[in-house]
Amino acid sequence: MIRFEHVSRRYQPDIAALLDITFEIDTGQLVLIGGHSGAGKTTLLKLIAAIERPDSGMVMVNGQNIGDLKPAAIPFLRRNLGLVFQDQKLLFDRNVFENTLLPLSIAGFPPKEAARRVRAALDKVGLLKRERALPVALSGGEQQRLAIARAVVNRPGILLADEPTAHLDPVTAGEVAAIFRDFHQVGVTVLVASYDDQLFAPLAPSRLLLNHGTLMPDAGARPPGQ
Amino acid sequence: MIEAINARFSQHAKAMGWALRRLVVAPLPTLLSLLAISITLALPAGGQMLLGNVLRIAGNDSVTPQISLFLALDTDRRTAELIGARLKNLPSVRELRYVPRSETLKRFQAREGLAEVLAVLPDNPFPDAFVITPREDGTAALEQLRDELGRWPKVELVQLDSDWARRLDALLRLGRTGVSVLGVLLGLGLVATTFTTIRLQVLTQRTEIEVSRLLGATDAFIRRPFHYFGALLGLLSGFGAWLIVLAVTLALRGPVAELTGLYGIAGTLRPLAVNDSLILIGFSAAMGWLGAALSLLRHLREPS
Repeated sequence: MIRFEHVSRRYQPDIAALLDITFEIDTGQLVLIGGHSGAGKTTLLKLIAAIERPDSGMVMVNGQNIGDLKPAAIPFLRRNLGLVFQDQKLLFDRNVFENTLLPLSIAGFPPKEAARRVRAALDKVGLLKRERALPVALSGGEQQRLAIARAVVNRPGILLADEPTAHLDPVTAGEVAAIFRDFHQVGVTVLVASYDDQLFAPLAPSRLLLNHGTLMPDAGARPPGQ
Repeated sequence: MIEAINARFSQHAKAMGWALRRLVVAPLPTLLSLLAISITLALPAGGQMLLGNVLRIAGNDSVTPQISLFLALDTDRRTAELIGARLKNLPSVRELRYVPRSETLKRFQAREGLAEVLAVLPDNPFPDAFVITPREDGTAALEQLRDELGRWPKVELVQLDSDWARRLDALLRLGRTGVSVLGVLLGLGLVATTFTTIRLQVLTQRTEIEVSRLLGATDAFIRRPFHYFGALLGLLSGFGAWLIVLAVTLALRGPVAELTGLYGIAGTLRPLAVNDSLILIGFSAAMGWLGAALSLLRHLREPS
C-alpha cells in the first residue's frame, strides 16, 4: 500500500532530510515513526501526501507513483488520505461542525449525507456535544480530537498523523492514542510520527526509526510489512 | 445522478454564498468600492444615455439634408400652388411640405415678444415656403438642385439645410467613439479594482486556501468563490451605475424639457435603453470576473 524505494529528499544540496529510505507498509498496519526532532519524520509523511516530492527514489501510495503524479491528480490522492498535522491547521473562524465538514464539502458530498458523516466522526472522537463551539473554546486535547475527526470524516484508507500527542498531558495523550488504535482495529492503515515510544506500546506496533534522515535498524519492534 | 448534480449545484451555491458573505461581512469597504466603481461606470453609461436621447430627438432623418425654398413676397396663392405642383413632379424631390405665409405668421405671433413687433408691421413679413426632402443626398446633386430651383421665377431664396445635419452627424459619431473609448478604459479600471480586491481576499483567506489544498481541494474549488466574488462586485457596480444614470436622467428631465421647448423640439429625456442597460450590467459583471481570474492567476499559484 505504501512503498518507499531508495527515497531521498534534500532541502539543500548538502542537507538531506531523508537519505536512501526503503520500506513497505501493508494495508491495515499501525506504524509508529520514531526518531529525534529533525530526524525526517514530518518529511516522510509529507512525501506520502504529495506535499513534497522526492528528489530521487520512488514513493508508491495505493499503486500510484507520487513522483509522477500530475498536479491535477494530487487533490484526488489526498481525498483518500486522512491528515493530522503537527500544527493542526484548524480554521478558527469556523465551528467544530464546519471544520469537520470541510473535506466533505471539498469532495462534493450531498449536504445531508455530509452532515450525517460529520456527526458520526464527531461522535467517534467524543465531540458531538461541542459541534457549535469555535476551536478557540476547545481545550488542547479537544482541538487535537477535532483535527482527527476532520482527518477521518472522509473515511480514508490511510491515516497520517504528525506528532498528534505533542503538548498533551499523558492522560489526554492516551485518549488520543486510543482513537488511533480504534481506527487501526477497523482496518485503516495508520502512520503516526511521534517521539513518544510508549504511545502504542501495548499494541506492539511496527516501527520505523529515523536518525538524521536515515532508517535505523530497530531491534525493539517488528519491522513493517511482516 | 441527481444526487451528483445536486452536489455540484450545492458547491456552486456555497461558493456564491461565501462571496455574498464576504461582501456583507465588511459593509463599509464594500459599499465604498462599489460606489467608486459605480461612479466610474456611470460616466460612459451616462454618455450613452445622452447620445441615445440626442439621436432620438434629432430624429431618424436628421442626417438627410433638406432644402428650404422661399417665394417672393408678392407671389399670389395661385402661383404658389402652381410652383408646388411643379416641385412635386420633379423626380429629384422625394417629399414636399408647403408652409403658407399665413401659418408662419400665426406661429410667430404666438411667441412672446414677437407679437408686438409683428403688430407694428403693416403686412405679413413672411414669404410662402416649401420644405423639400431630396431623393439624393450627395453634395453635388443637392447643389445642382439648389441652383436649378434658384432660377425659377418668383423663387426668392433656396437654402440648403444639410450643413447643420452633417455637423450634428459628425458630432454624434465623435460622441459615440468617445463613449466607446471611455467604456473600454473604465472597464479596464474595473478589472484593476477587482484585481486588487481579490488579492486582498486571497491574502485574508490564505490559511483556508492552504488547508483546503491539503484536504484535497482542486484548483477549481478554490477559485470558484473568488470568481463569484469578482463577478458579483462587477454586477452590483453595473447596477449601481445604472441607478446613477437613472437618477441623473430624472434630475435633468425638467431642465432639458425646458431647453428643448425653447428650440421648438418635442422630446423628453429617457433613461438608458433596455439593451444598453443589459450591456452595461453584463459588461461590468464580465470585467469583474476577468479581474478576479487575472488576480487568481497571479496570487493563487500553488507553492511548490
